[in-house]
Amino acid sequence: MTTATARVSRHGSSTAKPSKNTRARERAVSWARRAPLLPALIFLIVVTQLPFVVTLIISFMNWNSLSPDTTGFAGFENYIQVVTDPYMLQAILTTIVETVSVVLVSLVLGLGLALLLDKKFIGRGLARTLLIAPFLIVPVAAALIWKHAILNPVYGLINGSLTWIWSLFGSDNPPQPDLLSSAPLMAIIVSLVWQWTPFMMLILLAGLQSRPMDTVEAAQMDGATPWAIFRHLTLPHLRQYLELGGLLGAIYIVQNFDATFVITSGGLGTANLPYAIYETFYYANEYGLASAAGVVVVIGTIIVATFALRTVFSLFKKEAAR
Amino acid sequence: MSTLTPAGPRSSVPAPSTPTTGSRRRGKSRMDPTRNNTAAGIAAWLLALLFAVPVLWMILTSFHSEIDAATNPPSIAADLNLDAYKEFFGATSGVSPWPSLINSATASIFSTVLVLLLAIPAAYALSIRPVKKWTDVLFFFLSTKMMPVVAAVLPLYLFAKTAGALDNIWFLVLMYTSMNLPIAVWMMRSFLAEVPVEMLEAAQIDGATLLLTLRKVIAPVAMPGIAATALICFIFSWNELLLARVLTGVVAGTAPVFLTGFVSGQGLFIAKVCAAAVVISLPVLFAGFAAQDKLVQGLSLGAVK
Repeated sequence: MTTATARVSRHGSSTAKPSKNTRARERAVSWARRAPLLPALIFLIVVTQLPFVVTLIISFMNWNSLSPDTTGFAGFENYIQVVTDPYMLQAILTTIVETVSVVLVSLVLGLGLALLLDKKFIGRGLARTLLIAPFLIVPVAAALIWKHAILNPVYGLINGSLTWIWSLFGSDNPPQPDLLSSAPLMAIIVSLVWQWTPFMMLILLAGLQSRPMDTVEAAQMDGATPWAIFRHLTLPHLRQYLELGGLLGAIYIVQNFDATFVITSGGLGTANLPYAIYETFYYANEYGLASAAGVVVVIGTIIVATFALRTVFSLFKKEAAR
Repeated sequence: MSTLTPAGPRSSVPAPSTPTTGSRRRGKSRMDPTRNNTAAGIAAWLLALLFAVPVLWMILTSFHSEIDAATNPPSIAADLNLDAYKEFFGATSGVSPWPSLINSATASIFSTVLVLLLAIPAAYALSIRPVKKWTDVLFFFLSTKMMPVVAAVLPLYLFAKTAGALDNIWFLVLMYTSMNLPIAVWMMRSFLAEVPVEMLEAAQIDGATLLLTLRKVIAPVAMPGIAATALICFIFSWNELLLARVLTGVVAGTAPVFLTGFVSGQGLFIAKVCAAAVVISLPVLFAGFAAQDKLVQGLSLGAVK
């Protein structure tokens, strides 16, 4: 109610001479505008920003809850350990490999699928629904299915299908790969690509369907080949959607915990930073080291996020300028 | 299928007429690619099926007996039964998944309600009656979402331990609220921004109270958006593992936590795991398909429509 009257009073005050009275009223108006925002803002600062400040403080401390006597200031010791400890270094490397490969592969697959789904064909809606399904399986459940029902070297669907296909050709000696032990990181990557390709497809499909069709039609009229249209019209238009998908995907996948936890429990060099941090504080009780590693993740994310924010902002400005 | 809005307003070519905000849809002029459509259709269908195979296999296996689920080559045509589901619900082990499912439902539903209560007023103050520097505030919300959970989880764990809030589902409700709030504010803002300015002004000239304006002008336009936001927040809370794993235990453990401790490694369990995965994914599948139209907008934090 206050805001409704406030607006009217603002209109009135614009013609009046600025006096002490109107200034006070204007302040009341701007507070009335801010009021609905404050609960959300305060809640978010308390629950997300404060804990990070605490993390920052702990990261400079020597703190293992199992040996409380040694607690104290540690300077940059924890950070030095993060970048020298083989386990942590491996975790940083794993995080980078995992994130980059999942993002790139799912972007390429998502682009291909989006281009196909942009055309009209029978049952397109149903095909699209089927393609979204992987994204709507609970991540823990998806990881369990991949580990036990699909990649299992003895009973998994992949090796079972290989046996079946080979037997069709009369061979009883089919290849039986064991991705879980020969290339465990690959197993995690495959399951993540499967889950994230629909996400990329949805964003790129939305991008494709917002193409200005008049230019494409004009190019077709002028006899441009489909490839030329794709290369010079579609791809430039899709660029910011590719960036957005890639960067948002990166931000989510850097944080992946579920797949690592379920598929390998971080064994065989597959622990990424979130998993390594979890282990460091939850099992090893090395609070200082875990916090320093957490700060390293945040720094990495900030670098990626700066680009992400810029992309979101440019899309946002376009929308706001309509 | 017209599930995706043709995002006319953001195309670089300005919409031909309609400076009025009421109808923003541009004509559905689409390229008419009559060529290659059959080939594209077949390719799309093959790939869609390939992507759906793990899901379909999960569903099929959940209806198989454990012995049929563990064969090489796979027994596709084996008899169907509900044994795996009975096992999942504790037929022989006596361990019921219901407490964890109820915990998940509590955490997801209550955090979603809290998120809406906080996000709707905030979005109102960022779109309909915007505060000064509202873009800065909006991007502050987004930046909090970009901080990995893992960087804040230790202080939260220590706080919960000190405050006696460990293994308490209501603490998890608060955590999920903060996790989803930035997304919800962004989504909601983009939905509220779709309320035509003319209608708001008309309501004001007619002397409508704020409450009446909210009910008669804003709610009808924003309702589908609010519903979609709620569904997406529900999905994210339902899926979450890391916070639940660290902050809950025996009493407040959620369904994902239950699922991670479900595989015993003894005997055959593939059908049982598939049944568990189906049951736990069902709410997400329902919510996701219900929100299908707005899924992109939500997942891209409102940047893509």
